[in-house]
Amino acid sequence: MNAIALLGCYFSASMRSQMQYPASAMMLMLAQLASTAIEIVSIWALFDRFGAVKGWSFGEIMFFYALIGISFSFADFLTRGFDVFGSDFVRTGAFDRLLLRPRSAALQLVGHDFRISRFGRFFQAAIILAIATSSLHFVWTPQAVLLALWTIAGGIAFFGALFVLQAVMAFWTVESLEAVNALTYGGVYAGQFPIALYARWFRTFLIFIVPLACVAYYPVLAILGRSDPLGAPDWFLPVAPLAGFIFLGLSLLAWRFGVSKYTSTGS
Amino acid sequence: MDALRPYAAAFSSRFLLMMQYRAAALAGFFTQCWFGAVHVMVLAAFYLGAPEAAAASPISLTQAVTYTWLAQGLLAVMPWVGDPEIADGVRSGSISYDRLRPVDAYALWYVRAAGWMTARVVPRVALMILAAGIVLPLMGQGQWAWQPPASLSAALLFLLSETLAIALACAIIMLINIIVVATMNARGINFLMQPIVIIFTGNLLPLALYPDALRTFLLVQPFAGVLDIPNRIYFAALTGQMAWAGIGLQMFWTALFIVLGRFWLARVMARLEVQGG
Repeated sequence: MNAIALLGCYFSASMRSQMQYPASAMMLMLAQLASTAIEIVSIWALFDRFGAVKGWSFGEIMFFYALIGISFSFADFLTRGFDVFGSDFVRTGAFDRLLLRPRSAALQLVGHDFRISRFGRFFQAAIILAIATSSLHFVWTPQAVLLALWTIAGGIAFFGALFVLQAVMAFWTVESLEAVNALTYGGVYAGQFPIALYARWFRTFLIFIVPLACVAYYPVLAILGRSDPLGAPDWFLPVAPLAGFIFLGLSLLAWRFGVSKYTSTGS
Repeated sequence: MDALRPYAAAFSSRFLLMMQYRAAALAGFFTQCWFGAVHVMVLAAFYLGAPEAAAASPISLTQAVTYTWLAQGLLAVMPWVGDPEIADGVRSGSISYDRLRPVDAYALWYVRAAGWMTARVVPRVALMILAAGIVLPLMGQGQWAWQPPASLSAALLFLLSETLAIALACAIIMLINIIVVATMNARGINFLMQPIVIIFTGNLLPLALYPDALRTFLLVQPFAGVLDIPNRIYFAALTGQMAWAGIGLQMFWTALFIVLGRFWLARVMARLEVQGG
């Protein structure tokens, strides 16, 4: 059985278990849709009071907001196993069992638990994208669609990398570190706005250390057909999501190192 | 005084237990700094980009910045979720012990919530004052700093109002607890509370910045008393009679929720079906 088929089995097992309680699954999804929808309320209120911000319209902000939301919802869907790695696997010693199986631990963690409720955020972001499209009179050319898919793929890799890094830290701290939430949920929040609004040190951090800007800000500019007001070259904008994949590669190297240093805490 | 001992014990044991989680407090602090910094930068971009709208805004940028740091520092005072021990007790059946104890269940749970809340908020506020109130100005970033209270009287009124904010938040947590006991499930209500708390306390955006048409509703609804009213007293956007009106509103909602909670808890406990053995 190859890796894809195995993930397919994990996927259908997760889905069937959650669909044992379909009403509960749907309610969780709706709840997530509602709880993520409120962020846009505050952004709308700010635009209502102050008007466009540094040349960015509400429609454009909704575009940033929607694409980062879609990326994050998929990454969140795929990485639940890494998210609960510290509390559910290292602390309990359950990770030992994963290591005994003849499949890579990372693959088993990806398949650990696919949560239907994560699609709440996806639907919310998709609705916002539709509203943004119509308010900007944006035309989805095939090129723009491809670029958007490429951006989302880079974003999934980027957020996936953060969840993997969170799990790597659990090798040393046992509990998953809440501090990574600043980068995951905080990353979603920071990525909702064009980084041109931020202070220079923060922009530098989001481009070179944790390359959030490369999977959100730059490619969205390319999709919207805008140049970077901060002067990044035009050719760079559509290439930027590559940084998400490089970031994922580095985090998987760190993961491999962590696994090699792992000593069990279980009994 | 002996009558109060069990409640004092419940408060202090919860307080000491929560103080054990220093790593969690540090991690939470780091997250709050991050969100605070992004909030401040976004607010600054809007305020500085539209000078006329900023001049007409009900609170100034400096006030909005201080509001943001207060909101991040006081995150643990928000009534996010019910007491996890009660949710566990409902699942395991151990909640029946609380019925057998010769103490008032409402009061016991209430002080336990207060202990839990104060223990989480004290270290985080201290760290946040250090970072946003002292280190930032020393780094020459004074305009993005957490400003001291507007005056001595504002500071004293703020302390009173913040104490009431904690009392109100605990009264709201009690209502959540009772819903958990009545429905035997904590997940639904905890999930529902998040967006309500984050919008209506002013945590996401100072309530004064929402469109004017919503203002009256936003200012009198109960969640304003958890964060927005003490904050506006702190930087003297609410002074004199208006400040006392805000404090009165906090007292009103706290008293109403406590009376409602006691009445409801008595009914729920009377027909409680205990699970587990």
